Amino acid sequence: MAPPIEFEIRRRTLFAGSAAIAIGAATGQRAAAQSSAALAPSGAEDSTITLTVNGEEQELTIDNRTTLLDALRENLKLTGTKKGCDHGQCGACTCTVNGQRVNSCLSLAVMHDGDEIQTIEGVGTPDNLDPMQAAFVANDGFQCGYCTPGQIMSARSVLEEIRAGIPSHVTDDLTAQIEMTDSEIRERMSGNICRCGAYANILAAITNVAEEQA
Amino acid sequence: MEFNQPAGDNMFDDSKVVGKPTHRIDGPLKVSGQAPYAYERHDVAEGQLVGYPVVSTIAQGRITNMDTDAALNAPGVIDIVTALETGEMPMPSDMNAAPLFGGAEVAHYHQAIGVVVAETLEQARAAAALIKVDYEETKGSYDLEAAWQEMREDRSDPVSRVGDFESAFEAAEVTLDQEYRTPSQSHAMMEPHATIAQWQDGKLTIWTSNQMIEWNRQALATTLEIDPDDVRVDSPYIGGGFGSKLFLRAEAVLAALGARKAGRPVKVMLPRPMVMNNTTHRASTIQRIRIGAQADGKITAIAHEAISHTFPGGAGENAVDQTRRFYAGDNRLIVKHLAEMHLPEANAMRAPGEAAGLMALEIAMDEMAEKLGMDPVEFRAINDTQVDPEDPDKPFSDRHFVECLNRGAEAFGWGDRNTTPGQRRDGNWLIGHGIAGAYRGGPAMDSGARVRLQPGGTLIVETDMTDIGTGSYTIIAQTAAETMGLPLDAVEVRLGDSDYPVSAGSGGQWGAASATAGTYAACLALRGEIAKKIGTNDPESLTFENASVRTGEKQMTLASFAADGEIVAEDTMEFGDFRGEEVVSTFAAHFVEVGVHVGTGEIRLRRMLAACDAGRILNPITARSQVIGGMVMGVGAAMMEDLAIDKGRGFFATHDLASYEVPVHMDIPEQEVIFLDTLDPQSSPLKAKGVGELGLCGVAAAIANAVYNATGVRVRDYPVTLDKYLDQLPAA
Amino acid sequence: MRQFSFERASDAAQAAARAAEVEGAKFIAGGTNLLDLMKLEIETPVHLIDVNGLGLDEISATEDGGLRIGALVRNTDLAAHETVRRDYGVLSRALLAGASGQLRNKATTAGNLLQRTRCPYFYDTAQPCNKREPGSGCGALSEGAFSRQLGVVGTSDSCIATHPSDMAVAMRALDATVETITPVGMTRQIPLAEFHQLPGDTPEQENALMPGEIITAVTLPAPVGGTHAYHKVRDRASYAFALVSVALIRQPDGSGRVALGGVAPKPWRSDEADAELPNGARAVMSRLLDGARPTEENAFKITLAERTLAAMLAEE
Repeated sequence: MAPPIEFEIRRRTLFAGSAAIAIGAATGQRAAAQSSAALAPSGAEDSTITLTVNGEEQELTIDNRTTLLDALRENLKLTGTKKGCDHGQCGACTCTVNGQRVNSCLSLAVMHDGDEIQTIEGVGTPDNLDPMQAAFVANDGFQCGYCTPGQIMSARSVLEEIRAGIPSHVTDDLTAQIEMTDSEIRERMSGNICRCGAYANILAAITNVAEEQA
Repeated sequence: MEFNQPAGDNMFDDSKVVGKPTHRIDGPLKVSGQAPYAYERHDVAEGQLVGYPVVSTIAQGRITNMDTDAALNAPGVIDIVTALETGEMPMPSDMNAAPLFGGAEVAHYHQAIGVVVAETLEQARAAAALIKVDYEETKGSYDLEAAWQEMREDRSDPVSRVGDFESAFEAAEVTLDQEYRTPSQSHAMMEPHATIAQWQDGKLTIWTSNQMIEWNRQALATTLEIDPDDVRVDSPYIGGGFGSKLFLRAEAVLAALGARKAGRPVKVMLPRPMVMNNTTHRASTIQRIRIGAQADGKITAIAHEAISHTFPGGAGENAVDQTRRFYAGDNRLIVKHLAEMHLPEANAMRAPGEAAGLMALEIAMDEMAEKLGMDPVEFRAINDTQVDPEDPDKPFSDRHFVECLNRGAEAFGWGDRNTTPGQRRDGNWLIGHGIAGAYRGGPAMDSGARVRLQPGGTLIVETDMTDIGTGSYTIIAQTAAETMGLPLDAVEVRLGDSDYPVSAGSGGQWGAASATAGTYAACLALRGEIAKKIGTNDPESLTFENASVRTGEKQMTLASFAADGEIVAEDTMEFGDFRGEEVVSTFAAHFVEVGVHVGTGEIRLRRMLAACDAGRILNPITARSQVIGGMVMGVGAAMMEDLAIDKGRGFFATHDLASYEVPVHMDIPEQEVIFLDTLDPQSSPLKAKGVGELGLCGVAAAIANAVYNATGVRVRDYPVTLDKYLDQLPAA
Repeated sequence: MRQFSFERASDAAQAAARAAEVEGAKFIAGGTNLLDLMKLEIETPVHLIDVNGLGLDEISATEDGGLRIGALVRNTDLAAHETVRRDYGVLSRALLAGASGQLRNKATTAGNLLQRTRCPYFYDTAQPCNKREPGSGCGALSEGAFSRQLGVVGTSDSCIATHPSDMAVAMRALDATVETITPVGMTRQIPLAEFHQLPGDTPEQENALMPGEIITAVTLPAPVGGTHAYHKVRDRASYAFALVSVALIRQPDGSGRVALGGVAPKPWRSDEADAELPNGARAVMSRLLDGARPTEENAFKITLAERTLAAMLAEE
């Protein structure tokens, strides 16, 4: 038998640096600023871009720092796309860019010049719901509703991705055709957090739509 | 009107709308992105600026200087408000323990100490990073284990004592004495705290995300030292709360102060990485449970002693409360300790008390059943009580816990479960089954509403009640439709505005029972107005159905009464003291099946079932959603959620949604919910109670028990993660 | 986020030259990690060079029977590529175990390699972190710190952060090479084994890239055959970083390769450990994790790594 794995527990050190002195800026930036602190941008800090959002062309002049999410919500006032974390950790901001779902919070608007964006507003309206939206209502696939647009944008893409043969973490055989199973849907939807816990109902909604489209 | 005696037979016993599965009336707005949440209300105020919070980077101490020069000169910055400039502000309410803003004192990590107001988010955020703050830091203690060691034997001030616990425990044939640990948890609702504030002529309006409109209005007035009548709060859609939005929070104060100083509307959303430390959380606990029983399984002695941390002056997590009433036993001891720490403020999170308490108690019950050689379902059933064990003259109003156990066991197939821990396998997976009981109070709060019958025959209901995903819009519409004999689509519900009558709000799972009662009261007042128009002072002689009123042979459409203008009626349902003469509570039994990977220890849930007893179920669709959602949160509590404390520096290190893990789709298996067909006339005119918190209670323990059943390793320290049992699993 | 100017590059060599010339410049491709860090001012570029127009998004066969993966190939596309699924299954599996569908649609091959650690002390700019701010101390090693997720091997007294990538772990098992262009237009081939660096006293220095140098591709040698598997263990079932992950390529004769994620500042593999594969998981890990220095909170990773590999070996 092989010998046991040898290791030694690392001892904790009492951190010596005095926080009272070391910590500077209040949002958390420490006083010893990084070397870039004194640097300045070498060109324009804003840009003019054209986005096609829900089929409509929109010209925007925006701060380069503006995310696609904030461009939608603040500049274009399309607030159906939600900000849950702003760090790619929740999926509430999911929309599609050129047909693919992305986290719009982790993408700069300036990088989408000429792109086609679809948001929940372009999917359907209260009086004319898309089948996925209707299935979410019929299956009570939400509670507070805040993650819901992102869930629906993801759900629509998930069905397309499965049909397109894109594998997932739970795909058993990477070389075989991918089946529309509960597990495939759950895994692919896992980038959309619902703290209200409507997952089982969301699965039912997606399954309904998948069956109708089959 | 007053609810001053148990409800007799009434219209809800023969209902056409209430109790029927009804899709959310706000659903189409939510699925199309049209429901307006707080931060996105561009239409309510012109010229909105953006405020970005500045937060403390130490846990405890004093601010000695805030240098805002660079920030003030940064592009787009309009103004900055600092805590030093406002000075100490009045505490918003006696429900807030930690100050939200103002003054040099730093009470906890990420406490708000300033707000930068700029034209855009990008500008405000960048400028906030330029503010330099100097502190004098005070070293605090953040070690709950150490506090527990100090206090664990102190029983000088028990919550309650009945009989002689010590002697009975000593004499018991079978005993259990164990400690359990639950971590701090974060609400982690999907919508961060957000507010738009606008001042006009000395009056403040906030568009915000808050569960309790009137509390919020009063608290804001108190802390800003203005007349509550000069504050309007509007919160029609709330992206989840779970207790985190019960009270006024810092972002609303920052928006109000920023708007006042800048002279323009200001909106503030708390950045996600600040949410965990700036706002409230469920405190971690250490709990000791001792149970003594006869060989036949009857509990003779039960003691639950617990400690939790709390911000000085706060209440911590009351993990012992359910143990006072859940199970029988003549000799009882309940002790609660608080360890004051300058961590962020511990406060209510969904099912405060019971959620953490049952995580421990229901493992203890499982362990005790095993010691007794009894089925854990049976052990719980024989210790059921129909009276308050601390006060046997006080009955439960309506308690069907045993039926929950039995119905659930049957539907789940409990009889076919694995009975020997660690002995059932499916390939690489060890299969286990677990059960836990659930108990949560069924409170009610006074709740008002106003109804407006429109000339066209539709009805508008206005109340400051909130819908945090619970389904308030829908059950209020159902109640109004039922009471007025209208179809559901003739009712429009308006919520969350402090211009509307004060309601119970959303908290403590009291919302549904209370707000529907308030709606009922307002509708009865409207029926009274219509009776007057007909010329009778006996509204009960009238029949309201099919959008018409019938008296004798005469029938008139409801619309006809408002032909000359809307009819408005308003009332509040006040819950009388009689309600407290009995124990009004809700009950459930949770069953789960898990697989534990024999090699890696990974847990995968395979199925979950809840059987619930919560009085009349007002809307089986939304009630079921409440319960499955609670079960999901229970999965998080059992398997992953841990607001890990850095005990050296006094803050929650896992302060974003990547490091504070909550369940994702892939974690959740098939879920089944059974509602017992019960009515609780003591609770409300609709004989209803809440389910929103019940769904969470006990779930984590059921999973922990199932993991034990699967592996034979008992984990008493949540979350039940593989590092706590891996080395005790059999060789792969 | 600091203000920055922005340009789009259309040629890799020119982009590299620009990056070297403009002080405070950074490349941006998928943005899924960089923007996250810029919002927190952990990264503070004042100039961004958008490299999405460089055309480095092809997957093609190499002359020696291997595969050349363009730096801008998205994680989704790489995982779904027919050749990768058939001949480099461990890579497809690793990619699919990472992040979420949305993130994989954006994240690029090069960006994935350049991901920065998820250590909570690196992520909180109020905390000491030698990686973020050299000389400030290691928050994760201070008294009372939370270190459950952090590294157990290859770490140092100044940093115990892990590299968060799954993809890189599989690529390490596949003996991948990173191809770059330097600001002076030279191309370099850097074996992935040498690409990521151990922290030592300079945890801020994470890889072998020179200022301005840009990754153009990752190449994989010809397929090695065998059975490919990637097992990622985490607290929740998806959309989480690894506690421990194991990439395994196993040949019918019992030999093979093992690489670990979630335990070290870089994908962790050694020839000596690989050689022990026929002798089982314990033997492999005795070599691979030799000299490990976990904290009390993350010592379980040692057991977990061994048990995970053992389970994978038993499954075949």
